Amino acid sequence: MTEKVYVTGIGLLAPNGVGLERYWEAALEGRTGIGTLTRFDVSGYPIRLAGQIDDFDAAGHLPSRLLPQTDASTRFALVAADWALADAKIEQGAFADYEMGVVTSNASGGFEFTHREFKKLWSQGPGSVSVYESFAWFYAVNTGQISIRHQLRGPSSALVAEQAGGLDALGHARRTVLRGTPMVVTGGVDSALDPWGWVAQISSGRLSPATDPHRAYLPFDADACGYVPGEGGALLVLESAGAARSRAAQHVYGEIAGYATTFDPPAGSSRPPGLRRAAELALADAGLAPAEIDVVFADASGVRELDRAEAAAISGLFGPGAVPVTAPKALTGRLYSGGGPVDVAGALLSIRDGVIPPSGGTTDVPGEYGIDLVRGAPRPCRVRSALVLARGKWGFNSAIVVRAVPAEPAPPSVNTSPSRS
Amino acid sequence: MSKMTIDDLRRVLIECAGETDDGSLSGDIQDQDFASLGYDSLALMETAARITAEFGVQIPDERIAELRTPREVLDLVNDALAQPS
Repeated sequence: MTEKVYVTGIGLLAPNGVGLERYWEAALEGRTGIGTLTRFDVSGYPIRLAGQIDDFDAAGHLPSRLLPQTDASTRFALVAADWALADAKIEQGAFADYEMGVVTSNASGGFEFTHREFKKLWSQGPGSVSVYESFAWFYAVNTGQISIRHQLRGPSSALVAEQAGGLDALGHARRTVLRGTPMVVTGGVDSALDPWGWVAQISSGRLSPATDPHRAYLPFDADACGYVPGEGGALLVLESAGAARSRAAQHVYGEIAGYATTFDPPAGSSRPPGLRRAAELALADAGLAPAEIDVVFADASGVRELDRAEAAAISGLFGPGAVPVTAPKALTGRLYSGGGPVDVAGALLSIRDGVIPPSGGTTDVPGEYGIDLVRGAPRPCRVRSALVLARGKWGFNSAIVVRAVPAEPAPPSVNTSPSRS
Repeated sequence: MSKMTIDDLRRVLIECAGETDDGSLSGDIQDQDFASLGYDSLALMETAARITAEFGVQIPDERIAELRTPREVLDLVNDALAQPS
């Protein structure tokens, strides 16, 4: 029997909640993190709403030494990793440095940092550009910085696949654990809310031009008009079941039970998009039938034809209205590489608390979609297994299955209370 | 700018590469190794670029790698400043 891979720690920063429990509270209460972008004057831009993380003081969380060399996205990633490791309560020496890896995803790189340095390049010349630009822009920088900060020297990597990449990181981290590295920190974080990053995002043509924060990003709604981009993400601690057991890990959120990724056929092809196949392959990887999935955390594009395609994939695989579907990202905006890991965290908390969070402001789901979208209020529901979907622009589809871990019987007679006789 | 002082260097180091958390930069650091103060080669490259911008003294990259202590940096900069231009 193959070793299982557990999630034993989560660190999360989202626009509607900094910290795992604060995010979860906001998701269940339907509190949005979407508002007018305030990092610069957006009044002249066609798109003005974003999911911003406002109550975050990097200097309060990170050493001064790291501040001049990090983009906003890397600061979020470093703090999320700190929190995930603290949550997992991994004590110094529990693992050797080469037994711990880092696998992160990033879609945008260090936009804000690079914007600033490019401005210096053009206005003051090359001598004024920070040497830290050499890595602060880079997609792999979060993996590197987390590795250095916590001395995680095991197999490590970085994946880029737009919004699908965060799930790919989790999938590859699971693979890394199964290949023999007992602990891997994994997930994704993005932020690109400076003027240059903003224009780059607008160029996708998928952003919502709406100005009402509660009606701008309405995945699966008849009024869907695009998505709102956000910043943030989550990092998770994955451990082999054996490692978690032998160090008596305090809590196990669940198992990463299945993963798959597919690529869409080229435009104009008669073949269907790859999302359904990714979901089917992830279920097969987990050894689960569709009827055993209790909830689907959808990619939830908010672009009408993409919503329709995803609804078709879900209703085709599970049957019309046969499984609850949710999109709590309607309250955060799409977080790119952060989106999948935040949804995986949400799915694990759905397992923990027996409740499915609602899908933001979406009210009117076309009947032809054939999906049972959880909306308006959280839905109490026993959740043992969940499917998380993510699609990245340019054809990426990824799927993760998470599963509840049955409570283990108490370990045989290990006396942990100190004897002072 | 006639002379670069240890306080100038301290300020430039912090601006360029941040401060170590243990406050080790506040004491007598003239002869302490940059590595022990928590500054790596990139931090020193950044510092050298700032010194050029502020004091007009060029420090070639190959020289930066050889500078071990604040005193060596100050000597190099102040010798250059003392040269008739």
